[in-house]
Amino acid sequence: MTVAHALPPAWVMLAYLIAGVCFILALRGLSSPATSRKGNRYGIAGMGMALATTMLIEAPVPPGAFFPAPTPDDLRTLAEILVAVGIGGAVGLVIARRIQMTDMPQLVAAFHSLVGLAAVLVGWAAYLNPAAFGILGADGAIEPQSRIEMGLGIAIGAITFSGSVIAFLKLAGKMSGAPILLPARHVINLGTLAAILLLVAFFTQNEALWVIATITALSFAIGFLLIIPIGGADMPVVVSMLNSYSGWAAAAMGFTLHNTAMIITGALVGSSGAILSYIMCKAMNRSFISVIAGGFGVEAGAGGGAAREQRPWKRGSAEDAAFILEQAENVIIIPGYGMAVAQAQHVLREMGDLLKKAGVNVKYAIHPVAGRMPGHMNVLLAEANVPYDEVFELEDINGEFAQADVAFIIGANDVVNPAAKTDKASPIYGMPVFDVDRAKSVMFIKRSMGGVGYAGVDNDVFYMDQTMMLLADAKKMVEDINKALAH
Amino acid sequence: MDFISILSIFVLACFVGYYVVWSVTPALHTPLMAVTNAISSVIVVGALVAAAAGGSGISRILGLVAVALASVNIFGGFAVTERMLAMYKKKDK
Repeated sequence: MTVAHALPPAWVMLAYLIAGVCFILALRGLSSPATSRKGNRYGIAGMGMALATTMLIEAPVPPGAFFPAPTPDDLRTLAEILVAVGIGGAVGLVIARRIQMTDMPQLVAAFHSLVGLAAVLVGWAAYLNPAAFGILGADGAIEPQSRIEMGLGIAIGAITFSGSVIAFLKLAGKMSGAPILLPARHVINLGTLAAILLLVAFFTQNEALWVIATITALSFAIGFLLIIPIGGADMPVVVSMLNSYSGWAAAAMGFTLHNTAMIITGALVGSSGAILSYIMCKAMNRSFISVIAGGFGVEAGAGGGAAREQRPWKRGSAEDAAFILEQAENVIIIPGYGMAVAQAQHVLREMGDLLKKAGVNVKYAIHPVAGRMPGHMNVLLAEANVPYDEVFELEDINGEFAQADVAFIIGANDVVNPAAKTDKASPIYGMPVFDVDRAKSVMFIKRSMGGVGYAGVDNDVFYMDQTMMLLADAKKMVEDINKALAH
Repeated sequence: MDFISILSIFVLACFVGYYVVWSVTPALHTPLMAVTNAISSVIVVGALVAAAAGGSGISRILGLVAVALASVNIFGGFAVTERMLAMYKKKDK
């Protein structure tokens, strides 16, 4: 165990490789809902394999013996590990069972923070006991290359942890979702990042405790500083980005441990989060840099209220809406974050069922950035028993609005704003949006006329001739429409 | 394993990840995040090494705490993914 560079037996390396392949298959399964559950089983199998293999080789075994009689110390260690797994596993299972689907984004953020913290702890454990990790050089010091991997692993893990904690607090509403802007924050952030990188480089020369402690402290600080200026609706990007970081942290630890399962997983998760961040940024037509720089919507929001002109708009009642919906042939429903806040997905599905019974063709249209994390709306609709083949992505359904009799917007705003197509001065210019203005009539559920979307801009859809504003809480309004439909 | 072998595995795995993740349907992006979160807890392997090792006491305690944290993620992550995936149903005709 104290011999550096000793390669683990071939079967161990093979087992980790197979675990890595299982993780690839787990993601591959998600290409369709039909194969997704099988994919998840592959993931569980891979994790079981990685755990069992590690337990077999790391369980304190005297060298040379295959099935040695365990000493009391060995048994105590084993018991401690099993207790730790038991506590963690029980907490995880209870949370997984109880969590509301609307709270999924904050759960994922919380889980990311745990991966980050675990990476920091493993990095520190390796620093304090390098012999156990086989990274002790011949001169009795940690090998320089391992120090880089360890330093980077701890730094990324710490950023993931503190960033995810802030993301969690914002998503759970325990902290204001509004961007918090420090003066000279870009200078502070870039300076801190540079300091971390310099310290990691210095760490190869000097393995003193203060170096690694400062790297850890600065990384916790930068994770916090990076996320506080980012506003609520930019959270899909943040959550994806932290997802990516948690992967890179695992990969860095995999390099330290020479473990293929960790490296493959780290690479998969890292790419996954990066691709999701890219998709989210593209769906908002914003650069990753501008999202990370933060502060979006603050300037526009402050001025928008006073400058807005008074234009005529039409208000409708639940009965008016029900009447038009019943007469329609094609209805396209566009849910947004407001639907999740109002927990209106179940009554919305009931409305869909009532309309289908009346012979109406109902489809759901989902914008990539609807909600607070990628795919959030799809999960909520699935939870409400909406079949997934009635739910369509932006590019697949946008051509159908011209044939739609009603575009029914519930809890969305910026994603239907035509200013994104026409107004070059608008902060959301260039963002792909639903062409609801092509539908024969538009129903827009909104709490009041005063509020604006995340981008803080007015929406021309409110004032179109064919638009009916349904001003109420989303759930209450849909319930009333259902009553009128069922009459 | 030498550094170059590990780096090769890492780089190739990044490419595999890139193509596999692009093939994931956007409807399943939330389960994707939940499951990637669960599998990134494979970091538990490192935690187990620390927890099982003799020597430094603090290192073992850090390892045990990391084992517990990663276990929350492993069990919670896979279970919540399973729960979500079970909700995706096709239209019954």
